[in-house]
Amino acid sequence: MAEQKEKPRKVASMGMVPYEMALGPTWTRFFEGFKEKKILGTKCRKCGRILVPARPFCPRCFEPMEEWVEVAQEGTVVTWSYVNYTYFGVTPDMIPVIGATIKLDGVDCGTGMWTQIGGFDIKDFELVTKKVKVGAKVRAVWRRKRQGNFRDIDYWKIIE
Amino acid sequence: MGRAVAVIGTGQTKHGRRDDLSYPDLVREAVKKVFEDAGITLKDVDGVVYGSMPSMMEGVAYNHFYFADALRVVGKPLLRTETCGSTGQSVAHTAIHWVASGMADVVLAVASEKEHEGDAQATMMTILEPFLQVVIGGAPLAFSLQSREWMGYYHIDDDKAREAASIVSVDSHNGGLANPFAHIRVQLTKEDVSTAPIITYPVRLYDVCPVSDGACAVIFASEEKAKKICKKPAWVKGMGFRGEEYFIGDSNKAVWQSTIEASKEAYKEAGITNPLKELDVAEVYNPFSYQELMFLECLGLCPPGEAPDYVIKGTFSPGGELPCDPSGGVLCTNPIGAAGLIRVAEAALQVTGKAGEHQVEGAKLALSHAMGGAEQFNGITILGSEL
Repeated sequence: MAEQKEKPRKVASMGMVPYEMALGPTWTRFFEGFKEKKILGTKCRKCGRILVPARPFCPRCFEPMEEWVEVAQEGTVVTWSYVNYTYFGVTPDMIPVIGATIKLDGVDCGTGMWTQIGGFDIKDFELVTKKVKVGAKVRAVWRRKRQGNFRDIDYWKIIE
Repeated sequence: MGRAVAVIGTGQTKHGRRDDLSYPDLVREAVKKVFEDAGITLKDVDGVVYGSMPSMMEGVAYNHFYFADALRVVGKPLLRTETCGSTGQSVAHTAIHWVASGMADVVLAVASEKEHEGDAQATMMTILEPFLQVVIGGAPLAFSLQSREWMGYYHIDDDKAREAASIVSVDSHNGGLANPFAHIRVQLTKEDVSTAPIITYPVRLYDVCPVSDGACAVIFASEEKAKKICKKPAWVKGMGFRGEEYFIGDSNKAVWQSTIEASKEAYKEAGITNPLKELDVAEVYNPFSYQELMFLECLGLCPPGEAPDYVIKGTFSPGGELPCDPSGGVLCTNPIGAAGLIRVAEAALQVTGKAGEHQVEGAKLALSHAMGGAEQFNGITILGSEL
């Protein structure tokens, strides 16, 4: 066979599938709370932990978590990071973002990845490193128009 | 753990941007090499284990169907195992369990990723629950949050953590230069690392792994077969795997229980009581330099909160008490599904004296490790030169 001269090429492809993922009764109620500017947790009757987001069952005890508790909208920064890169679905105008895990007062877990710090010029990185600290107190700032999802909390404001 | 099991061969592709090959051809490159290395033929193989990240990564679902020919699985049993970043360790463990159980004598384990074909971070965000997929950050956010949680928990000074992470990065990149399979080949200074562009602060460009294409294949065999086939097998001395609850905020990730418990189990099985002294080399899964610091503690290689001190005094550098990632680690090469199996293959190369330019002189006992999920899984496999 003659020597191959052409450069190996690629074929463009895009998989697009719409989904409708059921939230179930617990997460539905949790996000209904967001519409009313409320952060709701559920309490385990066995271990007594209050978890946010609310859980249908305790991950450790496997018991249903049916007792609803409205929790504080203030908490402490456990950890944070300054997101400054893009990938598919994230365009340069969407960064930077300050992701943070927040321990809400009276709650027995951290927020994981759903909370972002803001409310000041976060493009100014020097300012970010001055203001954002592990242990800082923060408070939720809600959007005026809320739709019952994590975006209803616009950002968490540093209060001390 | 059942019957004794050994690695009798390894095969790695040249990792990097492999647009030159289709995905099955890439898998075949590793499979061809492992058969050559082990010196066996297809008829010797009783079964095949394969794993990768979610198939969405490269856009072909159930890619082990697509790879059936490249995996040489026609007419053989096939198992697929995947646990996100720790997939490679899970693939190895599946093969080891299969042989240890006595249900198979020789098992081919293969893992791969061809990340340049899709978008790794967009794919990884779909690992999260439906209502969290809108968050911006990808895996670098999750693991940078974890690293800073560790820094905060032990009150580790930012500058000291930065210094130690830079050393980890420089050492790994030097390792990459000595490893013919490695993707990123660049010599760096600590200053290059500490002043590089921010990705997910405190993580900067050279603190984070690349997007790589690559495949790895390892053949595991029973004691009887290994002794018959292979002059110098690498024996499985111990292994451990642990999973954790799903929501990241539910537990303290600075004292990462799944790493701690998985390594304790592996040490117990291997009869290791002082891993820092007894291990000769460790292939720690290090997609982020900061995270490696935390792993050194959780793997029991130094006291909690003291990894930066140990790294700064050179304990884990080349020539130190326990060199880590002489291959360049995940920081230089990260075809994600394969990365955990590459750690196993590298550990095997080390204890059989076949690592070439990045060989740790006289290495007899090696640890390999990988982690994955939403800060959720850790797997360990320890290999040794003696049964």
